[in-house]
Amino acid sequence: MSAQLLEVRNLKVEFDTYGGIVQAVRGVDFSVDAGRTLAIVGESGCGKSVTVQAIMGLIPRPPGRITAGSAQLRGESVLGGISAGGKEIRGAEIGMIFQDPMSSLNPTMTIGDQIAEPLVVHRGYSQAQALARAVELLELVRIPEAERRARQYPFEFSGGMLQRAMIAMAIACKPTVLIADEPTTALDVTIQAQILDLLGDLQQETGMAIILITHDLGVVARMADEVAVMYAGEIVERGSVDDVFYRPAHPYTLGLKQAMPGNQRHELLRPIEGSPPDLFAPPSGCAYTARCPHAMKICEARHPLRFQVSAQHESLCWLQHAQAPRPPQLSAADALESRT
Amino acid sequence: MSGLVRINELVRYFDLGKGQRVHAVDHVSLDIAEREVVGLVGESGSGKSTLGKTLLGLHDKTAGTVTYRGEELPARYHPKDFQRFARRMQMIFQDPYSSLNPRMTVGEIIAEGLLLNRLANASEARGRTVDWLQRVGLNADHLSRYPHEFSGGQRQRIGIARALIVNPEFVVCDEPISALDVSVQAQVVNLLNELKESLGLTMLFIAHDLSMVRYISDRMAVMYLGALVEIGPADDVYFEPLHPYTQILVASNPEPDPESERQRLSTTIKGEIPSPVNVPEGCRFAGRCPHVMDVCRQQTPALREVQGRLVACHLYDGGEQK
Repeated sequence: MSAQLLEVRNLKVEFDTYGGIVQAVRGVDFSVDAGRTLAIVGESGCGKSVTVQAIMGLIPRPPGRITAGSAQLRGESVLGGISAGGKEIRGAEIGMIFQDPMSSLNPTMTIGDQIAEPLVVHRGYSQAQALARAVELLELVRIPEAERRARQYPFEFSGGMLQRAMIAMAIACKPTVLIADEPTTALDVTIQAQILDLLGDLQQETGMAIILITHDLGVVARMADEVAVMYAGEIVERGSVDDVFYRPAHPYTLGLKQAMPGNQRHELLRPIEGSPPDLFAPPSGCAYTARCPHAMKICEARHPLRFQVSAQHESLCWLQHAQAPRPPQLSAADALESRT
Repeated sequence: MSGLVRINELVRYFDLGKGQRVHAVDHVSLDIAEREVVGLVGESGSGKSTLGKTLLGLHDKTAGTVTYRGEELPARYHPKDFQRFARRMQMIFQDPYSSLNPRMTVGEIIAEGLLLNRLANASEARGRTVDWLQRVGLNADHLSRYPHEFSGGQRQRIGIARALIVNPEFVVCDEPISALDVSVQAQVVNLLNELKESLGLTMLFIAHDLSMVRYISDRMAVMYLGALVEIGPADDVYFEPLHPYTQILVASNPEPDPESERQRLSTTIKGEIPSPVNVPEGCRFAGRCPHVMDVCRQQTPALREVQGRLVACHLYDGGEQK
């Protein structure tokens, strides 16, 4: 694979807690290119938010710790939100929007001042220039009466409007990568559709890469070019959106799809039984073994290799091994190669 | 149709003072037949939770009536009314984190309804609590534990056991799965479906996830700004919505299918749900409706029968869409 805009390699993050050390992220690799959208999908506690927080330097230390890995933006190391040259990346090169717009903005600052702040800090704008630009940005995210709105405080905005304001703030410095951590989870579907459209339009105009963290497969289908499925701190499947939805190669991905209602009436939903493993002491084999309907002896004993299903599609699953019995719903390549 | 629950012109306003009031539920009528599951969908602020709570007496009724098996429920519940009706009508709450008392053990939480209603003595209550724990996929070891020791999905199961142990006939499920992960949602929905079948429950299932509501409901009711705008068989409403608001709601719901998402035309609705304090004259949806006509701003459309369901929209005044 040629060098992409942002490349993350072997990222590992752990947290000290009273119960011991939680291995929240256990060796994650992904990359995203300009103008593309990568969706990182997974359930609560799988480490998807921690992954992007580590890149942005938002892991509280202590108790958090990045124990291994690298993140490179155009070949320059940016892990922890600071580049090798000591330049602040966070908010300048990489913008971020958060799940809960109500609690992510400063309630004591006007919306305009909050959007202006990164321009003053990172781009050396004067306060007046920055405020004028903030109004333009509010217009860009389609907030009506932007000039008046810029002088208001967060409590005067609805949830959808706040999310727009947060997007305006995140894109103020024209970042090359925008990280959106569950940007629409707190919003109604009609407002979600507006925000997703807005993100798509902004991407077309600016060519920025988007990393979208979500648990909603509908949002993934709508937005993503590439998908990384996370489970228990690892990426278990990665590929194009079509590969992952139509040719899933990991039993967890398949399980997630089958747990959602299809277009048949009153068919039984097929939930994934059980719950994710304890990350205090992650299993030495595959973390999904206990819940996997296709688990084999080797799955418990040895950590699976990363199998290449096709050029851009990989699966962390022993079922992809040439000698494994292949369940019919799972796709697999004819000639498999593996890499560790 | 003889409904188990008949809601007639139910109104619930909240006074804000200075002559202003929130029209949370504004003249809603709905019949729910025995063993029927009615899904209630709408955006936040549309009044769906208030409707569910007013129905059960958790809010006083401002006007209108609710009858249950032909008996009119009091407009304002006294403590003894709760005792009387709570045995037959129960609620499963949205947030499994805040709806369980953190200082009570799971055993105490689940058995409380039985003991308060004197449906069982202490030892019977314990036996039935253990039964119910097993029924919802937990076990007797969990009796003496506290809510914080459980995951979201497990807590929702505790909430379900708590509501159903008194053997109610009618259950209001207020967004029971919204706080849960996809794989766990399916577990809880399957459990509810199974219990509905085995206990013959009648349910009002409130949610904003349209595909899940369609999956579990017989009929679907769509609420906008305090009023119902469309009621009909769940599949019809989902696959062929008639009211412009339902059409937009369905179209906004992203499907887990990249191919159909690529072909989806942008159906983004303009604006946001208006404030329920100053409800506009005429149709409540007129300000955001892509098909708005002059009449919409003057006359409030009534629910009328269109193609085997009820729709409140002037587009169907002649029976068919103009």
